[in-house]
Amino acid sequence: MESIIEQFINGLRSGSIYALIALGYTMVYGIAKMINFAHGDIIMVGAYVLYVSITDFKMPVIAAVIFTIAICALLGIFIEKVAYKPLRKAPPLAVLITAIGVSYLLQSVAQLIFTANSITFKSIINLEAVHIGGITIPGITIVTLVVTSVCMIALTLFINKTKMGSAMRAVSEDKAAAQLMGINVNRTISVTFAIGSALAAVAGIMFICQFQSIKPTLGALPGIKAFVAAVLGGIGSVPGAMLGGVLLGVIESLSKAYLSTELSDAIVFGVLVIVLLVKPSGLLGKNRIEKV
Amino acid sequence: MSRKAQSIFTLSNLIKLLVIIAIYLVIMAVMEGDFATRHFKSLLVPIGINIILAVSLNITTGFLGELSLGHAGFMAIGAYSGALFTIFAENHTGLPAPLAFLLGIIIGGIMAAVFGVVIGIPVLRLKGDYLAIVTLAFGEIVRAIINFLGVTGGAKGLNGIPRYTNYKWTYALVIITIILLSNFVKSRHGRVISSIRDNAIASESIGIKVSNYKIMAFVIAAFFAGVAGVLFGSNLSILKPGNFDYNKSIEILVIVVLGGMGSIKGSVIAAIVLTLLPEFLRGASNYRMLLYALALIIIMLFNSSEIRQRLEDSGKLPRLPKLKARVK
Repeated sequence: MESIIEQFINGLRSGSIYALIALGYTMVYGIAKMINFAHGDIIMVGAYVLYVSITDFKMPVIAAVIFTIAICALLGIFIEKVAYKPLRKAPPLAVLITAIGVSYLLQSVAQLIFTANSITFKSIINLEAVHIGGITIPGITIVTLVVTSVCMIALTLFINKTKMGSAMRAVSEDKAAAQLMGINVNRTISVTFAIGSALAAVAGIMFICQFQSIKPTLGALPGIKAFVAAVLGGIGSVPGAMLGGVLLGVIESLSKAYLSTELSDAIVFGVLVIVLLVKPSGLLGKNRIEKV
Repeated sequence: MSRKAQSIFTLSNLIKLLVIIAIYLVIMAVMEGDFATRHFKSLLVPIGINIILAVSLNITTGFLGELSLGHAGFMAIGAYSGALFTIFAENHTGLPAPLAFLLGIIIGGIMAAVFGVVIGIPVLRLKGDYLAIVTLAFGEIVRAIINFLGVTGGAKGLNGIPRYTNYKWTYALVIITIILLSNFVKSRHGRVISSIRDNAIASESIGIKVSNYKIMAFVIAAFFAGVAGVLFGSNLSILKPGNFDYNKSIEILVIVVLGGMGSIKGSVIAAIVLTLLPEFLRGASNYRMLLYALALIIIMLFNSSEIRQRLEDSGKLPRLPKLKARVK
């Protein structure tokens, strides 16, 4: 019984990391109607920036974390301005291929600077494990859960309560109408990319604190899983991305522990296929009426 | 003109036949002669495999208009089932090698086609990006299962696959694929599939069974991906699940998109260029992937830029066919 609960908490930890990444996918999709394939690689960039700022620049931990988040947010804006903005009117596939190109680019730049070998990097979070009854919760799990919850609550408040948040919702509803109402669409899209990339940076920091190893392709798999989580919850829906991410993490962790490590990926993706068969727009997605 | 009156022995078909034979003679001269380095010769089979993959993916993505990110999954199914059959045939039956390979190719294609039906069923219900993610998930499921099964050798890989693939087999299969698929897209069924891409609701309203045709396109694409997989396995003689991750699917998708959606000729040319490009960049070995990524981004940006429009208007650049991506 206790081990089930421990596995469940483990699942919550990785699930909340997936949820953070999935938020980036879903927000960008909601606003720009594109799948940002390079999003997973922002996680990797975040991991390397943190590594460099702590080992080479000898920054204090807090400063390094803020620096990492800032760099990733700027990188997100930069990528959008250079690679995606000129393609606003292009067919979706052209944007998708460009995003794939950006993803390759980030990976190969990281490989040129840091080589393809993985670097070990000690966790910056040193918190004692907590024992409740017979259950042990590692410190990293507690920190991850707290940080991700704070991020999600802050994001929800930001989207629902601030002016920028309503602008984002308006643009995702109807870009042209939003523009007519005096909303600066370009700036709104930039802010969305910045927030999405900042969340990916947080996810990246949590991720390497857990695995303590960095390599240029580390963002690929969590990126894909988070993308699946976003679709599972209904792409374009912010609560959907959170739900999808957490669900995915829990399913993955439980199937790893009780069924088979090798098959856990197949189970995770199988769940997605089944959910989409039953509800084609994802768990919390809106059903769109098709127009001729 | 009624269709019966058309003979297949038209002048243009004769010319095509002569071109096919001429290309074969050139390839044979290059392979048997001393003009090319061994490295270059070893690239011919991968080029052929990529042509088959790209032309078949073009059926789903270019002609049906559905974004598929799981083509490597079909390729993997074909590769493993073909490989397992040829290993079995070599050890336990006295089948002559060409017959064993031919059967292996057919079995690989059929197995992949069966899975084409399996993935075709969810496809009926989904559209656009959701479909893309289901095909991606499908490819990853296939990979995870291959990793798990004992008979496929798991993560260690499947060794000792008889090496039957050579440039003759590859060339023959490339030609067969191109002929069959270009005839298919010109046929009644092929035009129905393109009509679904252009407007699914309108097609349905004139009595086209959209779902059946979507499955048909998936099955055909899957079959040829399976065939390419068998060639691939028998060329390398060892298969690993890692050969078929989503990067492989994306690589094929990039070929299709750069070659032109719905253009078989374009897919063939892009498959040749994009298979050779990384090899030509080998001189700059460390920067190879970087240059490849940059080329990809720049081509895409240039394609829809104003500069291109202006150059074409002033006649400095020939009007190239526009990237016709109708994927919703």
